[in-house]
Amino acid sequence: MWKWLHPYAKTERTYHLCQSLLPWFSLLGLLVIVVATVWGLAFAPTDYQQSEAYRIIYVHVPSAVLSKSLYSAMAIAGFVGLVWQVKTSFMAMVALAPIGATVTFVSLITGAAWGKPMWGTWWEWDARLTSQLILLFLFLGVISLYKAFEDKQQAGKAAGVMALVGVINLPIIHYSVEWWNTLHQGATIMKFDKPSMPAEMLWPLLLAILGWALVSGAIFLIRMQNEIIRREIKRPWVVELAIKNASASKGK
Amino acid sequence: MAALMAILKRDLALAYRQRAELLQPMMFFVLVISLFPLAVGPESNTLQVIGPGVIWVAAILSSLLGLERLFRDDFQDGSLEQLMLSTTPLAMAALIKVLAHWLTSILPLILLSPLLALFLHLSEPMYWALLKTLLLGTPILSLIGAIAVGLTVGLNRGGVLLALLLLPVFIPLLIFATSAVESASMQLQYTAQLAIIGAMFLFSLALAPFAIAYALRVSQT
Repeated sequence: MWKWLHPYAKTERTYHLCQSLLPWFSLLGLLVIVVATVWGLAFAPTDYQQSEAYRIIYVHVPSAVLSKSLYSAMAIAGFVGLVWQVKTSFMAMVALAPIGATVTFVSLITGAAWGKPMWGTWWEWDARLTSQLILLFLFLGVISLYKAFEDKQQAGKAAGVMALVGVINLPIIHYSVEWWNTLHQGATIMKFDKPSMPAEMLWPLLLAILGWALVSGAIFLIRMQNEIIRREIKRPWVVELAIKNASASKGK
Repeated sequence: MAALMAILKRDLALAYRQRAELLQPMMFFVLVISLFPLAVGPESNTLQVIGPGVIWVAAILSSLLGLERLFRDDFQDGSLEQLMLSTTPLAMAALIKVLAHWLTSILPLILLSPLLALFLHLSEPMYWALLKTLLLGTPILSLIGAIAVGLTVGLNRGGVLLALLLLPVFIPLLIFATSAVESASMQLQYTAQLAIIGAMFLFSLALAPFAIAYALRVSQT
């Protein structure tokens, strides 16, 4: 069933797969993200309660959604690497981690910017904010563990173990933080009922999520290619590729 | 089984001979806690409110300090490698080493806790709750901490990295433990929190040994 995956354990195959997927992801992603952002920021109807301030949702929600998906993707890549000893899988994990950290950071910043006009404060120890902050710490832990090793093969395994420890912990953290918050302070300012959105607002939001996912995918593909080249720099096919690229640019 | 007993005895004997090194995290624990009354003022009500949290945070930090020596010496003198080559399952051996470490560097902290509870004016029910959460919760610190120690044992600058990796993972434990003590301070039941901490302990007891063994093998290449 998984046979089709096996050739991609070879870095060269994966490199070329990334190469051929990249234009689809980048062009489509840019198109969707531009359409969604313009639609959301300029044409979607104004919220009757939050007026124009709600429009940051078109940045905030996609980044928040993606942060968790990217963590799961990273952990799955780590798991595949640990169990089936697939080298490219560790590379994928490493390529994903900084994207995830950045997206989590964006969601925190936009959340703070949204919180200021809505709740009157930049930061509130709300359950969601806190678990997002912890998610950022988990990403940074995986990245710094990977960077600490000289031997990148070993580094991949170590970071994979840590990503898995984190992914087991994520639900526990999520529920504990939720419980902690409801225990300490009841729902006061943070309780803004999720309004069932009208379709004119929802569509650009869904598009924005799709656009962010595609663009993250495109960045991932580029990072993955870089990672492969960095690790395989001495392989004949990389040397060949470099020579080919060099002569192509000279020909111009 | 005999081999595991031998490992336990050896580790306890080694720890006993390095008493000075074992004392350091304990001193740190007491010092950090005595800083708090100086920093926030000696008002007994305030101290009582922050007390459980302070004791738990200090316990986590000082256990991090002690954790580093869990596999370090064995890694450096090569006895860890011998342990991997032996017929004893590495996961079991690692579990025994964690047990020895808990007995020698965490248990003393728990024994010191009545004194610290006095420092921070904890009431008697609060202290009993604190003691129960420490007894149930600190083994989790050792078990999960040992995974990260196993991963970083080959690195020379593991200390800060260890804290970076572990502190976010310990957050749920901290939340449940301090909320148990808080419930106790209001004369409420706290069995639910204890049950959750117990569940986390059993879960990590079941899975952590294998993760520790794998981590050690990664480090030993």
